[in-house]
Amino acid sequence: MPIHTEPMTVNIGPQHPSTHGVFRLRVTFDGEEILEVEPIFGYLHRGTEKLAEERNYTQIVTLTDRLDYVSSMINNQAYCLAVEELLGVEVPQRAKYLRTLTAELQRVASHLMGIGFFLQDLGTLGTPLMYGFRSREKILDLFEMLCGARITLSYMRPGGVFFDAPDDFWPALDQFLEDFDIEFEELERLILENEIVMVRTRGVSVLPLDLAINASVSGPTLRASGSDWDWRKKAPYDAYDRMDFEVPTATGGDNYDRFWVRMQEIRQSIRIVRQCVEQIEPGATRAEVPLILRPKPGTESYGRVEASKGELAFYVVSDGGISPYRMKVRSPSLINLTVTEHLLVGWKLSDMIVTLGSLDINMGEVDR
Amino acid sequence: MAVHQLSAEELAEKVSVGVPDSLDTTSINTAENVIWVKSSKVADVASFMKSDVGLDFNFLNSITAIDYINHFEIVYHLTSIDKEHTAIIKTRLDGREELSLPSVYHLWRGADFQEREIWDLMGIGFSGHPNLKRIMLWEGFDGHPLRKDYL
Repeated sequence: MPIHTEPMTVNIGPQHPSTHGVFRLRVTFDGEEILEVEPIFGYLHRGTEKLAEERNYTQIVTLTDRLDYVSSMINNQAYCLAVEELLGVEVPQRAKYLRTLTAELQRVASHLMGIGFFLQDLGTLGTPLMYGFRSREKILDLFEMLCGARITLSYMRPGGVFFDAPDDFWPALDQFLEDFDIEFEELERLILENEIVMVRTRGVSVLPLDLAINASVSGPTLRASGSDWDWRKKAPYDAYDRMDFEVPTATGGDNYDRFWVRMQEIRQSIRIVRQCVEQIEPGATRAEVPLILRPKPGTESYGRVEASKGELAFYVVSDGGISPYRMKVRSPSLINLTVTEHLLVGWKLSDMIVTLGSLDINMGEVDR
Repeated sequence: MAVHQLSAEELAEKVSVGVPDSLDTTSINTAENVIWVKSSKVADVASFMKSDVGLDFNFLNSITAIDYINHFEIVYHLTSIDKEHTAIIKTRLDGREELSLPSVYHLWRGADFQEREIWDLMGIGFSGHPNLKRIMLWEGFDGHPLRKDYL
């Protein structure tokens, strides 16, 4: 006698450890297999774009910290680039190097968290996550030396950075780089060719390149599917045009490749940090800009960077006032979620948790 | 080679040949290298820009709506991953009630959430979008908060 099954709809989240914030998936299962998925979000919607219309250009820097709150530096950078383009301000060389350096440290911190939680979702119960946090903690200490904050940094301002690095920052950075090589090698040895990781993630939730491009997927998620698109290479900003680095790509587009690409990017980011330390020269760290900025009426700019999650852009439109007339945030986490349904249908519940981890989304940025 | 932005002249010339009578010549360019398109022809122009071999815009970066009280402006930022160039197209919608644009969902899946977001926060509908409902706010929410007259 055949056994009949019946589809069942389950809500995963909004409060669930695997959803990386308040994120809900309405999933229809047949047994353990996924038949339908609908991502539901907006629980963390704070109306950042509306708030920006009420604040002046300098104040908005603090709003950008709270988008992707594990990579505030890069958010600051994208916003500042947009405002500088609007004003036509030239940023001093030293500030460009400091921005590149801190943005890359932030990318390392963000990727370490992304990888840590991805492995946590696989069931590694803390160990690799804590390996990642060990190094991330030191990066946050460095940020604290720069600006007194650890998470919501607001270190970059339109025209440059807020403060030059203090003298004891440079020896501390050298010490960090020295330690990091050893620590990261330990992490690599532990997980990169771990058999369980490979069996669980290879060939799972494959994202083909044509779909990735069509669905506007960007960042490591796109590069794991075979494209080498990276705005740091394609349209260099700040000091990236003077940096020698590679863009790691993979062709599988599966969970393992997304994880692998992030691991390789950490190595490249450290390479960039080292080059910044070698090349940086004394000088001014902020252009002469007033506290209250008034760009010309009718001007607009699209400031974009390669953030840790993908293409992050601020589209700022000015009407000549002290606040933007409109500020749109092009959020990579939100747009990368477009492919959720494609990635999950046909896989099992346990794979769903891992796939969500491999996308490395941040709800602060999805909901804004 | 760095990515470059196509000039408005070059783009306008190709689009006016590819999709006749699609350019909006009455709107004034405030920003550089922007082409204005008639709102009814947005999807046709987008389709042409995606399929034309020389333009080849296969990547939709973002869609933005801006409220100018008397009219709305919708901005599309596009990139060609293979040809390594970018473009900006804009369109305007007059009035404030029952606004609708042709959806580009069938061209770029990446428009899915962004068009839903514009519907949710700005109240501009997209005809042809298969799942146009609120995305950030809940169904039953009154009004569209990013509009200038909301708050």
